[in-house]
Formats: sequence, C-alpha cells, structure tokens
Amino acid sequence: MITPSLILFYLAGALTLGGALGVVMGRNIVYAAISLIVSLLGVAGVFLLAFAEFLALVQILIYGGAIVIVIVFALMLTRLDEFQQLSEHKQWPLAALSALAFFGVLAAAIARTAVTTRDRAEVSFTALSESLFVDWAIPFEVVSLVLLVALIGAVVMVRRTGERS
Amino acid sequence: MITLAHFQVLAAALFAVGMYGVLSRRSPVIILMAIELMLNAVNINLIGFAAFGDFPEAHRTFGQVLVVFVITIAAAELALAVAIILRLYRNKGSANVDDVNIMKW
Repeated sequence: MITPSLILFYLAGALTLGGALGVVMGRNIVYAAISLIVSLLGVAGVFLLAFAEFLALVQILIYGGAIVIVIVFALMLTRLDEFQQLSEHKQWPLAALSALAFFGVLAAAIARTAVTTRDRAEVSFTALSESLFVDWAIPFEVVSLVLLVALIGAVVMVRRTGERS
Repeated sequence: MITLAHFQVLAAALFAVGMYGVLSRRSPVIILMAIELMLNAVNINLIGFAAFGDFPEAHRTFGQVLVVFVITIAAAELALAVAIILRLYRNKGSANVDDVNIMKW
C-alpha cells in the first residue's frame, strides 16, 4: 500500500543514494563534497521518518555543518588541481564487483532473517536523555574524552615544527 | 507502509556505495567521505531497528544512544584523518594514496 510516508521515504532514500553515488562517481572533488551534503541531509530525512527527530537535528548540525566544513577545509589546504580531474584505480571493476557482491550477501541475509517487528514507534526524548545520561553516563564521558584527545592529537600532528625542514 | 526491510535495504545499498568509493578512488578526501557514508549506513540500520524492533523499551532507546556514540567517534576519526592528510601533503607534496607505500612490505 502506498502511503504518503512511503513516498517520503523513497524521496529521502533517492536523495541519500543519489548523493552517495555523486560522491563516489563524480569527477570534480568540490561537487563530491556538495553531493555528500545532499546525501547526509537525505539520511536526516530517513531519521525523521523513523521518528528520531533529535538525531535528525544532530545529523544536520554535525554532519551537514561541522563535518562537511572540515572536509572542505581539507580540500582547500591540499592542492586542488591534482584532483580536479579525478580518476579511478585501474581495478575499479573489481571494486564495483566486490561492492555488488557485498550488497547481494546483505540483501540475502535481510531476506532470510526473520525479525519480529511492530508498528513504527518513537523513542521518547525523555527516555533517550535518561538512557544517555543515566544508564550510559560513563561511556558517554569516555567518548567525550576520546573526542578531546583526538582533537588535541590532530592539532599536535599538523602543528609546524620549526626545527625540521 | 514503511517496514523495517526498507531501512535495511537502504542501509545495505548505502554501505555498498561507500565500500565501492573506498576501494576505487585515489583521493584520500574522497575515501574519507565514503567512510562517512558507510558510518551513516550503520546509523540508518540502528535507527530502523530502534523504531520498528519489537524489543523492550530500554533496548530500543539504546539503539538511538549508540547512534550518538557513532556520530561522536566519526567526528574524532574525521579530525585525525584530516590531520594525517595535511601532514602527508606537507611531507610528500601530494595527497595521493598510491604514493603512500613506505609501510608496504
């Protein structure tokens, strides 16, 4: 049965997959970054259709904002002309074949595995925050520490060391 | 009517596209973007199961909590990867993954 939510799902899915194909197939690296934004916004739409509105907002803010900006900075700080005309490896047919084979295996596994499902239900915002800050408070703190260490490590790594060359 | 299978197939397709990108491109920045796509595929799967799975309430909530963790780790990984790419570019004058073979045996 075609419901409006199904049409919206196909729309968001097409945006996601189209953007993803634009990332991996495009010839121009700047267009690839823009395709990535489209794809990530499509993923946010899919989140909304699963009633995960908080995570959809997080997706737009962190992926659409921060992560794509960092990638664009990486493009600006490395030489662009080298990748103006992108090319694939010689073995791209092998890569396509293995990706297709992997998708086939996943699709077969999805079709064969029986999961007891029920109607779409939202996870309430209160339950999410309680779970995050009460049940999983320690992992949450650890993961924020990991983020801090990674960012400091990134700064240390790119800092110019005056002595060498 | 949306079912869990829709989410699973979309996630599998997105993961396969990301995998093709990682395997076939030579620019490290594109490879990074493809890795982000694969992480997003995992997130779609988690969210799908959190919305449709017939699990206890606490388990369904944990699905969404895991997505928060995945996004955080993805941000950390991205920052380190961009730092490595910049370092590589500065040391070797190019950022082509085919040129990085000093650890290849």
